[in-house]
Amino acid sequence: MEERDSLATDNWWDLRDLSNIAGEILDLAERIGGNELAFIVSPIIGFVAAFLIFILPTQLFLGVYGERKIIGRMQSRYGPNRVGPFGLLQPIADAVKLLTKESYTPRGADILVMYTAPIVFVAPAVMLMAVIPFGPNMVIADIPVAVLYFLAMASFPVIASFMAGWGSNNKYSLFGAMRIVAMTLSYEVPLVLVLLGTVVITGTMSLQDMVWWQSDNNIWLVFIAPVALVIFFIAVSAELNRTPVDIAEAESEIVAGYLTEYSGMKWGLFYGMDIAYALASACFAATIFFGGWSLFGLEQWVPPWILFIVKVYAFYFLFIWTRGTLPRLRIDQLMKFAWQFMLPLAALNLLLLAVQRLIVVEAEIETSAIWWLFGGINLIIAAAAIYGWAKVLGYRRDEVPERPRLVKEVGGYVPYDSSKGAR
Amino acid sequence: MSNFVHGEPFVINIGPQHPSTHGVFRIKATVDGEQITEAEMVMGYLHRSMEKLAEERTYTQNIPFTDRTDYLSSMANNLGYCLAVEKLAGIDVPERGDAIRVIMAELQRLASHCMAVGAFANDTGAWQTPVMWSFREREKILDLFEMTCGARLTCNYMRIGGVAFDLPEGFVEKTREIMASFPAFLDEMEGLLSGNEIFITRSRNVGTLPPESAISSSLSGPMLRASGVAWDLRRADPYCGYEKYDFDIPIGYNGDCYDRFIVRLEEMRQSVNIVNQALDSLPGGPHSTEVPLSLRPPAGEAYARVEGSRGELGYYLVSDGGPAPFRFHIRPPSFINLSALREMTVGGSVADAIVVLGSIDVVVGEIDR
Repeated sequence: MEERDSLATDNWWDLRDLSNIAGEILDLAERIGGNELAFIVSPIIGFVAAFLIFILPTQLFLGVYGERKIIGRMQSRYGPNRVGPFGLLQPIADAVKLLTKESYTPRGADILVMYTAPIVFVAPAVMLMAVIPFGPNMVIADIPVAVLYFLAMASFPVIASFMAGWGSNNKYSLFGAMRIVAMTLSYEVPLVLVLLGTVVITGTMSLQDMVWWQSDNNIWLVFIAPVALVIFFIAVSAELNRTPVDIAEAESEIVAGYLTEYSGMKWGLFYGMDIAYALASACFAATIFFGGWSLFGLEQWVPPWILFIVKVYAFYFLFIWTRGTLPRLRIDQLMKFAWQFMLPLAALNLLLLAVQRLIVVEAEIETSAIWWLFGGINLIIAAAAIYGWAKVLGYRRDEVPERPRLVKEVGGYVPYDSSKGAR
Repeated sequence: MSNFVHGEPFVINIGPQHPSTHGVFRIKATVDGEQITEAEMVMGYLHRSMEKLAEERTYTQNIPFTDRTDYLSSMANNLGYCLAVEKLAGIDVPERGDAIRVIMAELQRLASHCMAVGAFANDTGAWQTPVMWSFREREKILDLFEMTCGARLTCNYMRIGGVAFDLPEGFVEKTREIMASFPAFLDEMEGLLSGNEIFITRSRNVGTLPPESAISSSLSGPMLRASGVAWDLRRADPYCGYEKYDFDIPIGYNGDCYDRFIVRLEEMRQSVNIVNQALDSLPGGPHSTEVPLSLRPPAGEAYARVEGSRGELGYYLVSDGGPAPFRFHIRPPSFINLSALREMTVGGSVADAIVVLGSIDVVVGEIDR
């Protein structure tokens, strides 16, 4: 592997890479207690750093406070503004309230399954954070199959949701559980296919190497495969139960889906970890499609972990935005969309990327400008494919106009002649 | 919806405690997977025996009862009842009283349709945003009501022979201001929902009611108009001088939930139009005629109907010459409109049933009375 400017220096105060200060602490630990102490201290540093820099502020203040505040603004209301300055302590007040609430168990519930479900739900959400690179050296576990790991961990909550729905002894919960299983099975396929495309391009499953690839070639994967990002976003929304596809906990239809019978902190765990999953997905999208901590060389001056967090926030805002504006699809429409539309598109995307990768490898093209060319081609092909496939499926946009007809006189049925159009 | 996998059917209660039954209403649905194979409507959870109670009270004392049937359009209910009593007793209303009644009825229609449109969007799953926007506008209209009669929801403003008070100072200016800004809200709503692909997918061709069914189920109001039937009591049987105002009747195309939504939006535009016209031509003079405190209409019967926000709102009164009505009966539009629910939901999915119920725009206080 070529020599890389990894920002690692001997100056512990160099905040561009927090591993400098971590290394300093480790050296200190080694001097005091030898290798053993250093071995124990290192994961603690990683966890504390990730927790203090990322999870705590993001989870609490973007996930809970920010989401409520932003959606509040979208709905022309204030959002939380009572607890603490600007309502910033609202998440803490929420947690206190949840902890003091009665944890209700319905009669006839399967207690073991029902009580285990939140725990099963929480663990993978925390584990997902382990493989995310915050900077050139700032990753807790740079495992070589991180993409596979992400897919495995991200499908875990389905089991927990199904346990919750099954154990609650409630028909609404059962509805929600069945829906989420059906949905995840459908959406996992296009999700895997688009991630496979990115793996084919970069030739690695390690997230850190993916970032290096994007940094070396001076291009983000979103420019090479824009349709992959769209599919990733929709599929992840479906897996995470975010509007417009929050079908499994559809509030207006099945009360709260698999969460109907949950209360207190059991519910709080589900709620908090939903945000954690959404954040982890935003992290993956930022890493895979938006160049992670790199920004075309700017990471030499701006601390890369700040760049990364900004990207994550920007992507997470998309989740909030769609939640604040879009209605919900019906389950059969969602399935149809996955199998009839997203799956062929994802397969086409994978095919194109594989061919392009083959061209680059076989022709031994060194210049990275070729990827911009391929990106343009992919964009055009994707647009044509979406348009053409919609036509094949018989989709028509303007069957009926969006304004009603206006009449002056009353009396009887007025037949509609569609050839004349509205008004 | 025939492509569902079939399994063992089971009964699921949608309501009486459910976020989107718009009150305490219950659909006892037999579902096969997601598909509803049988639906039974259960109502009566909010029954307060208003029609019987009204027989024990004088004609004027009954006006507050009418507020509490359809609590989202109390002005229209007041109006319907007062028209029925006036018809029974042969009382004339001064011109200014009529104009004020028209203004109030149309403002009430705006407020009620705001609620209908927002709640319907909420039922399709648009997480609270449309409903909050609607409520923002509805608040302004409720402020106008508060200004006029002190109450926001249960107004108790109409009186036999006119209205309780004259319009307060500054009402006309404030109403004009709100009416000027109202179409912007409607455009905003159309921008958010009317062209939204997901919204269209969810509501178009869902709960379709052909015009024959709509007429034979005796539907009225936006439900009937969405099915393509041009029928509006303000035109067909004008009251309170509606024949003086120029407005259009919006009608839908094939009677699905989407049509009901766009018909309601367009009706709001027309209502803004009517309010503006009524404000322009607001006559002077008294707002009410003198009516004896203990009104004893001659023996007989009367039926008066108005175009309420949900359809034909009728009041049927029988007098035996005494101070209280001998029989007091309401024809509530949502109750009659609800009779088409079974036809629209059976065969669809649970999610569709919620959307259909939202598109009917039921008020349970009116159904159970």
